[in-house]
Amino acid sequence: MINFQFLRTSIVKTALSLVAKDPKATFIAGGTNLVDLMKRGVTAPEKLIDINQLPLKQIELKNNILHIGAMVSNSALAENAIVKEKFPLLMLALQSGASAQLRNVATVGGNMMQRTRCGYFYDTTMPCNKRQPGSGCGAIGGYNRMHAIFGTSESCIAVHPSDMCVGLVALDAQVVIAGAKGERKINFIDFHRLAGTTPEKDNNIQKGELIVRLEIPVNNLNKNFHYQKVRDRSSYAFALISVAAALELKDDVISTVRLAMGGVAHKPWRLVAAENFLKGKAATLANFEAAAKIAMEGAKAFGENDFKLKMAPNTIIEALTVAKAKA
Amino acid sequence: MDFFVDENDRVDGIEKVTGKAKYFAEFKLPGLTYGVLVPSTITKGKITAIDIKAAKNAPGVLDVLSHLNKPSAAGYEAGGGSPMKIFYTDEVFFNGQPVALVVADTFERATYAATLVKVSYEKAAFNTDFKKSIADASVAKKQGQPPYVRGVADAYKTAEVKVEQTYEMPVETHNPMELHGIIADWRTNDQVTVYAKTQGVKAAQATIANVFKIPQENIQVKSEFVGGGFGMALRTWPLEIATIMASKQVKRPVKLVITRDQMFTMVGNRPAAYQKIGLGATKDGKITGITHTAFGQTSTYENFTEGVVTMSKFMYASENVNTNYYVVPLDMSVPIWMRGPGEATGAFALESAIDEMAHALDMDPLEFRIKNDPETDPMKNIPFSSKNIKEAYKLGAEKIGWNNRKNKPGSITEGPWKIGYGVSIGVFNASRGRATVKGILNANGSLILQSATSDIGPGTGTGMVLIASRLMNIPVEKITFELGDSSLPPAPSQGGSTTLSTVGTAVNDVCVSLKATIAELAANANMSTTSNFVEVLKKNNLPMIEVTKQSQANQQGKEYSMYSFSIHFVQVKVHNLTGVVKVSKIVSVGDSGKIISPKTARSQMVGGAVGGIGMALTEEALLDNRYGKYVNNNFADYHVPVHADVPEIDVIFIDKPDYIVNPMGAKGMGEIALIGFAGAVANAVFNATGKRIRSLPITPDKVLEG
Ligand SMILES: Cc1cc2nc3c(=O)[nH]c(=O)nc-3n(C[C@H](O)[C@H](O)[C@H](O)COP(=O)(O)OP(=O)(O)OC[C@H]3O[C@@H](n4cnc5c(N)ncnc54)[C@H](O)[C@@H]3O)c2cc1C
Ligand code: SF4
Repeated sequence: MINFQFLRTSIVKTALSLVAKDPKATFIAGGTNLVDLMKRGVTAPEKLIDINQLPLKQIELKNNILHIGAMVSNSALAENAIVKEKFPLLMLALQSGASAQLRNVATVGGNMMQRTRCGYFYDTTMPCNKRQPGSGCGAIGGYNRMHAIFGTSESCIAVHPSDMCVGLVALDAQVVIAGAKGERKINFIDFHRLAGTTPEKDNNIQKGELIVRLEIPVNNLNKNFHYQKVRDRSSYAFALISVAAALELKDDVISTVRLAMGGVAHKPWRLVAAENFLKGKAATLANFEAAAKIAMEGAKAFGENDFKLKMAPNTIIEALTVAKAKA
Repeated sequence: MDFFVDENDRVDGIEKVTGKAKYFAEFKLPGLTYGVLVPSTITKGKITAIDIKAAKNAPGVLDVLSHLNKPSAAGYEAGGGSPMKIFYTDEVFFNGQPVALVVADTFERATYAATLVKVSYEKAAFNTDFKKSIADASVAKKQGQPPYVRGVADAYKTAEVKVEQTYEMPVETHNPMELHGIIADWRTNDQVTVYAKTQGVKAAQATIANVFKIPQENIQVKSEFVGGGFGMALRTWPLEIATIMASKQVKRPVKLVITRDQMFTMVGNRPAAYQKIGLGATKDGKITGITHTAFGQTSTYENFTEGVVTMSKFMYASENVNTNYYVVPLDMSVPIWMRGPGEATGAFALESAIDEMAHALDMDPLEFRIKNDPETDPMKNIPFSSKNIKEAYKLGAEKIGWNNRKNKPGSITEGPWKIGYGVSIGVFNASRGRATVKGILNANGSLILQSATSDIGPGTGTGMVLIASRLMNIPVEKITFELGDSSLPPAPSQGGSTTLSTVGTAVNDVCVSLKATIAELAANANMSTTSNFVEVLKKNNLPMIEVTKQSQANQQGKEYSMYSFSIHFVQVKVHNLTGVVKVSKIVSVGDSGKIISPKTARSQMVGGAVGGIGMALTEEALLDNRYGKYVNNNFADYHVPVHADVPEIDVIFIDKPDYIVNPMGAKGMGEIALIGFAGAVANAVFNATGKRIRSLPITPDKVLEG
């Protein structure tokens, strides 16, 4: 049998040192992704450090910045009163993910760290550069309906599957990471990586580091917002395309705008050029359409996901239209 | 707990929801061991070596079976390669074929040891590409069923108005919640008990007897509760035989429960199909010709065909009809009937084409159907035993609000949503077979009925108890129906919507006979012939009386054509920017004779509609033809509908008895609940958007690109 140790600690420092000194050790949070990967033989850690008892479950507002502990469950976060009031976009993104049962145990940190759902990644008899660097990419020339259209590389065209992260990248969140040398802070947009030539690396966290919390500055984006997820069934399916949109409107003129997309890239995809275009412009359908067009510059599809070239801009338009109509 | 039970409840409902009902995998036999299969990782070729050393040395492992140690099965020595014989040759016919079975003392140890079995192969070229193969005459050339011609072949070509289109159906998998498997326990060298998940305990018994060459009575098959079958448990699969072999070899009971991904390759599927329909009509809407050609996926090592073109032969009044059915053998595991079987696949094509023709004629599709509804069966030239579909059309149309529908597609919008209505018909043979039922009427007031039939979920026991209760005037709590055990009186497998008719008729005959005996006994004892049977038995000093009756297949098949019908009405909303389709209203009307058990009958129709949503919008097993392997073989990626996909479902029954079919006047409805549903959705999508999607499932990308 494949044996592994299971250790539990309520002290962050202990958790860090346990993983730092053991190359085959890893954290386990809700386990909804990690255990599947172990069952499918994609990963085989020798030591699991259970971090569920770490004191990282706070949701609190300090100096106009929301602090969210890495161990807060996806449902607890979505149901939190401050989140509902000040960051309803994040609430919608969370509620679009997985199923109620999964959200009850899935954590903020685990959600950020979840691996791609590419079928070839999960099947150890198939080629996959992310699972086994150098073995080839099964999805290129194969089944790639769910795959990326932005920032792809010759080695991997997988997408990051999270909904929560699309909301977070739109909200200018920051990630606080603890390591042997103390804490460091990075912008959420820099947390996940593009595949490039190292598809095995999903993000910029170092081995042995632990996500401890997120920080989101309070904004005025809680009136005109929408998270639009397009999927194959009404719930419990990953996004074909998802769009997080938030507007700050003054007399129908856009003073602030945030746009991000899921289901299109190896990381949650912030639409900076489209945002820049919309800023200062009237919130009209024509401008939304123009912004969607700008957002699609550089998109490249792989056959079975050609439809995303149409679905993505359409979903941007829909998300902006619904966001505008809210009040 | 009596207050929970009313006449309509399932007789085993409380057992099921309290966990008392025992499913095959729950039997804890002393000394139980666990089997885990090793699937082939190539799609076609030969096994050149199997290294079992590491596996055999792993803790807890009792044995590893494969073709190299050819476990004993006397029946395998007789010739013939079909049906597939497990662990018999070095040949690999499909990806995921079981090539070895590891038996260990725990499930976890067996699972681990299975990863240590190293199989070497000599790969051969293979073909799993259905679409490509249709164009390739060397693959798709075999007639799967005899061609049918009535009147002039291809008459549609010269019609005033014609529709000529192709329709695609992907592979669907049954995937009931309960995983497939079996427990085998040899009591002696030639006596075995199996706890199975099967739709036919007698069929399983016969198969096992045949493989091991032992008398049927030496084999006991138990399968009282089944967690869903949908057709996949209509045969005893090679993996079940492997487990029985293993139990014989290790001389201990062996349990095998396959994994979810193995459910995609080891227990059949609904075959992919490609269909061409040609329809011809006069300008005023009379159908003059129907041509239906189907290509159905099958395997290279066993053949499979189903009734894809059946419905086109008699559903509409057309003087000219011709059909053809070709098989496309692929290097994939063999398909098996899945609910509604081929008829559901065929109905999607035919009913889409009918809708296309109505549109071409600028007619209301309901009116067009009614106009072409034959009074008698145009294929057999005999009357229908009963058919009330005009009434069904009317009731369903009223309920869904059909008069809100506009004939011009794309006419109704609600914000970003386009609204559309669709209708489609389903039909399935209302046939009846032969079954034996034993009835034991006890002086304590109870009635026990026994038959080796199955209940894969429809509520067979409930239906039988209700039939007996009404005939005998005995309350349902006093009646027990025993099923799912091969030692009971024989009955056919549960499939093709025949159980209620077949077994119910035998129950009816038993009850009629018991009543006659009671009347006779009453007369003998100078009692009134309407005396309560308890009194009569007591007066006659009898603890009980016993009657066994065998029902026969319907003798009137030459005089009457017998079918169950369904009409499905749906309303859909289609998002104009994202292409998402939501079924927003469903009205399913069943015309299947007398309804014996309203609650379970409704639940059949509801289940069919939910399955229909899956077929129409979400379900597709995806294959990577470069590897011959499924890429979405799990429940996250193979999408069955979730609750949020299912609106309120209205079920209407015509509820008119048809005593030609059987003495209860009731026809089966397992298949009609699903047949036609996907067509109704596709037609509604067209009505909403003007886009005709001819390939299932109708996913958002197809709507956007359509
Ligand atoms: C069937 C299914 C459907 C799903 N659908 C969706 C969907 O539609 N949208 C969506 O967004 N998600 C979806 N998910 C994914 C789900 O959101 C993730 O599985 C979940 O968020 C992971 O969180 P977890 O706490 O269970 O992580 P775990 O499985 O415990 O851990 C995942 C990884 O994160 C690491 N990790 C965990 N916490 C930390 C930390 N604090 N610091 C550093 N590393 C850490 C672990 O070491 C591990 O490598 C789905 C999952 C399933 C199984
Ligand atoms: S897309 Fe990435 S994850 Fe998928 S097969 Fe290619 S390399 Fe692997």
